[in-house]
Amino acid sequence: MERIPILRMGDLLLVTIQVDMHDRLAMQLQDDLTERIVSDGAKGVLIDISALDLVDSFIGRMISNTAAMARVLDARTVVVGMQPAVAITLVELGLTLHGVRTALNVEKGMALLGKSYK
Amino acid sequence: MNGAHTDAVLFDTALLDRHRQHRTARVTLRLQSDEDVVGLRKQVRERAVAIALSLVDQTKLVTAASELARNTIKYGGGGEVHLDSLADGIRKGIGLLFIDAGPGIADIDNALRDGFTTGGGLGLGLGGSKRLADEFEIESRPGEGTAVLVVKWKR
Repeated sequence: MERIPILRMGDLLLVTIQVDMHDRLAMQLQDDLTERIVSDGAKGVLIDISALDLVDSFIGRMISNTAAMARVLDARTVVVGMQPAVAITLVELGLTLHGVRTALNVEKGMALLGKSYK
Repeated sequence: MNGAHTDAVLFDTALLDRHRQHRTARVTLRLQSDEDVVGLRKQVRERAVAIALSLVDQTKLVTAASELARNTIKYGGGGEVHLDSLADGIRKGIGLLFIDAGPGIADIDNALRDGFTTGGGLGLGLGGSKRLADEFEIESRPGEGTAVLVVKWKR
C-alpha cells in the first residue's frame, strides 16, 4: 500500500510530503505518525510541505489533528516550508491551522524543536 | 451537449448553459474516488497555467476544485465535473461545474455558512470555495441533486 515515508533523526520524526495527497493517503500518514510517535518515543515531529502546491480543508485538518494527537502524546509538531500562494489560499478558505507551530524552513523548524542543526 | 461524454445528465440544471456564449471547450470528468479528485486537481492546474493565471489564482482555483469535488463524492454520492475554457473578448477564464444526483441541499444559505457540515468535515468547502472564486453559483433541489459552478478569470 502507498505510504509517505517517515524518517527518524534522534528523537525527531521527519516527514517530507512530495506527492499530491489523496484523502486516504493523508489519513494513513496521520495514523502512521501517531503510531511512530509512540513506538519511537519521539519528542518532535517536523512536517515539510514545501513541495505541496495545495493545502485544502482535508489536508489542513489532517495537519491540525496530527499536531493535536502529537501534543497529547508528549510530542511537538512543526510544519515547515508552506508556499506563499498556499498560505494566502488557506487563510481565504478559512483555515488557520490553529495550534500548529510553523517555520519557514527545515532548519528553522529544527531550531523551534530545540535541536542544534549542524 | 457534453461533447464526448455520453452518460445521462445527472441533474438538470440551468447552470449547464451559463457562459455558453463564452465557452470555447468543455471536458467532462467523472468524480467517484479519491484518485479522481487528484486527477481533477492536476487538470485544473494545467489549464490555469495554460491561460497564465497568477500562482495565487491557480492555487485558489485548484483548492476550490478540490473542495467541491470532495463534496460531490462525499455528499452527492459521486457525479461529474465539466471543465470549461472561457473567453470573453480577450479575457480568458476557467469554469468548473460540479453536478451530482445526490440528496440535494435543503437550506443553501446554511450550507454556505462556515462551520456548517452534515458530514463531520470542517464545513469550509462551499463557503470557502465561494471566497476563492470570482463567480460562484449553486443550484440544488432536494431529492434531485446539486450543481455548483465556480469561475476564475485571468486578471
